[in-house]
Amino acid sequence: MEVPRHWRLKKQRYALVGEVCPSCGAKLFPPRDVCPVCKAEAKTLYTFSGRGEVLAFTTVTQPPAEFADQAPYVVALVRLEEGPTLTAQLTDLGDETPYIGMPVEMVTRRLRTDQGERGVIVYGYKFRPRLQPAPA
Amino acid sequence: MDEVFIVGLGQTRVGEHWDRSLRELALEAAEAAQHDAAHLRPQLVVVANMAAARLSHQAHLGALVADFLGLTPAEALTVEAAGASGAVALRQAFLALRAGAADVALVVGVEKFTDQVGPEVESAAATTLDADYEAEHGMTPTAQAGLLMQLYQHTYQVPEGALGVFPMLAHRHAVGNPFAMFRRAISEAVYARAGKISDPLNLFDAAPYADGAAAVLLARASALPRPWPRPLVRIAGSAAATDALALHDREDLLDFAAARAAAQRALAQAGLTSAAEVDLLELFDAFSVYAALTLEALELAPRGRAWEKAQAGAFDLDGELPILTMGGLKARGHPGGATGVYQVVEAALQLRQQAGDNQVVGAQRALTLALGGPASTAVAHVLTREA
Ligand SMILES: [Zn+2]
Repeated sequence: MEVPRHWRLKKQRYALVGEVCPSCGAKLFPPRDVCPVCKAEAKTLYTFSGRGEVLAFTTVTQPPAEFADQAPYVVALVRLEEGPTLTAQLTDLGDETPYIGMPVEMVTRRLRTDQGERGVIVYGYKFRPRLQPAPA
Repeated sequence: MDEVFIVGLGQTRVGEHWDRSLRELALEAAEAAQHDAAHLRPQLVVVANMAAARLSHQAHLGALVADFLGLTPAEALTVEAAGASGAVALRQAFLALRAGAADVALVVGVEKFTDQVGPEVESAAATTLDADYEAEHGMTPTAQAGLLMQLYQHTYQVPEGALGVFPMLAHRHAVGNPFAMFRRAISEAVYARAGKISDPLNLFDAAPYADGAAAVLLARASALPRPWPRPLVRIAGSAAATDALALHDREDLLDFAAARAAAQRALAQAGLTSAAEVDLLELFDAFSVYAALTLEALELAPRGRAWEKAQAGAFDLDGELPILTMGGLKARGHPGGATGVYQVVEAALQLRQQAGDNQVVGAQRALTLALGGPASTAVAHVLTREA
């Protein structure tokens, strides 16, 4: 049971809230409080659009115990349209085969069920093939 | 400042030691190293380990190992830096000796993966990633390597199967290593048929997690009885570097920049300007693509082309720069925190001309390079044979 940890991360996980650097404008996700570009303090919150594209992907067939019930699943590096890259699962693929450059969008899904006796379900972002074209 | 010599070497066979505990493995390797070093007594014990707290419910390995080896009241501690743990432990012992804090130090790398089964081992391995932003999304070290392999093949237009040259080389070299886990060569057909475990990465692209322990005894020059009965190996360079922990935070995903930084610093300390000047290189082939990315980071091959040089034989035992001379992680096996110590034991055996069938003729200088994760930590050592 890790309730405090899940609570602490919920903004990032549910709404893709990162940070923007007030000095140079770099958008940061995951949030890291110090801008890696100009090293200034960057604690201004910034909500990402959730749109991006697949940079690389792979299918996990030998999962950690916490993810055994989901295997095989696809993990990817997703480059957000605002710049940063993050790690997430691809979901709702149906019969689509992912490809490098595939446009995707963020959705909230179950990440895993905590192994504790109360079985806390951890929710967070995954990415699915983009349904709507990005506004011009 | 005093020079530091490697005066004792010990290792257990790497494999699935179902019947042996963490402490027994550590003891076997450490006793061999102490015997090899005329029983010089260490005042400092540095233990390298990745996962015992999680897999064997055992933390506090410094005291455990010092006690079990009968070395109390020696100072002792544990070092963890994922796959680079063993090399970081060696570097910490080296620094302590250089600083004059001890005359003799024992470095013991030990890992016991088979206290648990598959998914639990993957869980333990995943704790070396960014817990909040990688592991929580189902990422694993093997999946990271799958992503990098896909990017490598895509970016450089590498033919399917070309990276198989590295595991095939490793398996060929392990045949002559009595301590290796897999002492048999594999053919191109066998590699091609292997099942994908993290597409495009197949079973033979990933080094097996295994049990094992390796140990080296270090001594300051001024503490060494003369004449010393065996060839001396000197630590001529030692350096470590880091990069972003999470793969997604890398600017250039296919550049193992920390590997280059660590190697350049260690080489410079030894008076060398290029990795091409050493006689052998023990690199960290936890995954096939890591071998390629390391060779390219060290500028031993153009970016995207290391596999071509390997196919041409450049890295064979009789090639221009032999690598993975005792089978590497892939075929010797990958006992986590012990692996960085195995690399140094193997390189030192080469320099002492004790590598048997795998001897690199006339080896005088070796470079070892250990990685934690995809070069999130990189540790380099240059070893030289003293006259
Ligand atoms: Zn900035």
